[in-house]
Amino acid sequence: MTASIRVGTSTCGLAAGAEETVRALQAAAAQLDLPAEIKRTGCLGACHREPLVEISTNGTSVLYGPMGPAHARELLAGHFGLPGAERPSEEWVVSRAADRRDYPYFAPQVKVTTVNCGVIDPLSLDDYLAAGGYEGLRRALALAPEAVIAAVQQSKLRGRGGAGYPTGVKWEICRNQPDPLKYLVCNADEGDPGAFMDRTVIEGDPHRVLEGMVIAAWAIGARRGYVYVRAEYPLAVKHLEAAIAQAREAGYLGTDILGAGLDFDIIVKEGAGAFVCGEETALMHSIEGKRGAPRMRPPYPAESGLWGHPTNINNVETYASVPSIMTGGAAWFAGLGTAQSGGTKTFALTGAVRLTGLVEVPIGMTLREVIFGIGGGIREDGTFKAVQIGGPSGGCLPAALLETPVDYEPLRATGAIMGSGGMVVVDEETCMVDFTRYFLSFTQSESCGKCVPCRIGTRKMLGILTRLTRGEGRPDDLERLERVADTVRTTSLCGLGTTAPNPVLTTLKYFRDEYTAHIHERRCPAGACAALR
Amino acid sequence: MAQTGTAQQTRPRKTMYLGDPLAEPPPPELLAVLDPLRGRDDALVTVLQRIQGLYGYLPARSVRYAARELGVPLARMFGVATFYNQFRFTPPGRIRLQVCCGTACHVRGAPAILQRLKDTLGIPADQTTPDGMFTLQTVFCVGGCSLAPVVLSNGQAHGRMTAVGAEWLVRDLRAAEEGKP
Repeated sequence: MTASIRVGTSTCGLAAGAEETVRALQAAAAQLDLPAEIKRTGCLGACHREPLVEISTNGTSVLYGPMGPAHARELLAGHFGLPGAERPSEEWVVSRAADRRDYPYFAPQVKVTTVNCGVIDPLSLDDYLAAGGYEGLRRALALAPEAVIAAVQQSKLRGRGGAGYPTGVKWEICRNQPDPLKYLVCNADEGDPGAFMDRTVIEGDPHRVLEGMVIAAWAIGARRGYVYVRAEYPLAVKHLEAAIAQAREAGYLGTDILGAGLDFDIIVKEGAGAFVCGEETALMHSIEGKRGAPRMRPPYPAESGLWGHPTNINNVETYASVPSIMTGGAAWFAGLGTAQSGGTKTFALTGAVRLTGLVEVPIGMTLREVIFGIGGGIREDGTFKAVQIGGPSGGCLPAALLETPVDYEPLRATGAIMGSGGMVVVDEETCMVDFTRYFLSFTQSESCGKCVPCRIGTRKMLGILTRLTRGEGRPDDLERLERVADTVRTTSLCGLGTTAPNPVLTTLKYFRDEYTAHIHERRCPAGACAALR
Repeated sequence: MAQTGTAQQTRPRKTMYLGDPLAEPPPPELLAVLDPLRGRDDALVTVLQRIQGLYGYLPARSVRYAARELGVPLARMFGVATFYNQFRFTPPGRIRLQVCCGTACHVRGAPAILQRLKDTLGIPADQTTPDGMFTLQTVFCVGGCSLAPVVLSNGQAHGRMTAVGAEWLVRDLRAAEEGKP
């Protein structure tokens, strides 16, 4: 009997001290002479219980956390019932079921793109294959490219970067370009502060992203692919590079992939710290070695992208969904979501919520179910005030809108966006004016400066918001703020500018009384603005 | 001046007044970085990243060398280098402290941590302490939001940070650094 011990060592796990836990477990296992294999895995998503240790023997699994190094020996001795050892404390136990559904945080989730995260060793191709990896590619290569595109269209998969463009349609446009040289790009420039979905998937299951890209290359007819990763994600880059080397070795990348006559290879491009490079035209300029400034669209990348050739750009989660569509079927995938949008969406649930982490839910679940059902409500019995969705491009929604389903159109109707998946919950201690000022300080400093509305407009909005938080607001400030916001929204060149006013517009809409309190009563209702205490 | 080339005599280089800084051939370690990337039209950002990897920052001289060796206009080279947040033009301290100012960290108290570090180290953000030990930086989200607020020391993440904890971190790091031979 060999036990398998898995420790989550993604960036989040490491920040919680998982590496020390691994070393302590290794030492303890050797000391106690236990036949245990200790594996480093990705992140299960329950980051609030990190470091997480899962011990599996003969089909039974127990998940423990948080497990610091000090209790490693006690845990192992107790779990394996060594003589004289006490059973591990119930407080450590997160779950006793193999599917972990006895933990309320996991129960409502549906894992598709993150199904392997925290389960397999991301640096092991064998682990990925054992979990059914590259089966989707095999099935895709057995089909004509047009049939793959048709399946993706039927699956109702839409761009997970936030805009929600139907993926199959995008692929078809790119495929139909006469230019024989086509490029494929994976956007892993996850720049939204408060979002780590792409990081988790790449760190925990890099082959899934590659598999999705190879399937897309087959469908579109692309020869060369790039993954553009943020420089702030060194571990993701490392895992991706390792996975690419393994895939080349095993014939999943390179020439004549799996004997199907497909030639395709992938290069990793590290970003250099510019939020605007998440915008697709800016991202392409950056890959070409230029300043990452966006340009006018059309032409869209599908028509004229990298070096003027047709280029298909999707984000990490979109590609990571594709293998499951091939194995599970388009109808199954479409059935997970709503009438307009198929599949699942991952969210980085953070902020004042009790249980933080990465969650994956069927599209169409309500915000309330995510925040209260999965996230367990507000920490320290606080009161829910707002949820910020979509990062600096998104909006803040109040309690009255908690029944909104997470889907592209319903969220857009509220003034927020689906976005890439950042979901930051705030309680009564956060001042909405200051929170909005924070987002504008971000977009202002990240504006590339190419177009006037964004360059000047974000600065103007930031100036007004800063004045408000200092108690120097003027009676006509809100009107001015709305006017500037509207100009920036309608006239900016790229998505950064057109969405930058969203935090302003949504808070003005749903939390206007906080603004007026700052201006007319010189009071910060949340007690957060230092100048107004 | 050591310049003897004919082209330079008719039209002097603008850098002549410095005494041509590039008269010597590039140092070997720099050539080792540049050579594999010659002729790659997509390599400009990568070149700069590798130079920074080599020296910890972008010495102006190396950027000039790179421009000359790769045949890229110097203006374009600096245009790219100044566009991206990652590149720095002054030497970093031995310990790089990065305070994550992402949304989740902001909500959970990153501003107070940053302020405490500024006070403790006596420097504003993006500066290095006079003894060359610490460089203080802010970073927008390292993706550790669930353990917010996060501070990184030389890339190692410390989760669930507090202002007091950050002060202790500085103390520990300084003690460890001074203990080194």
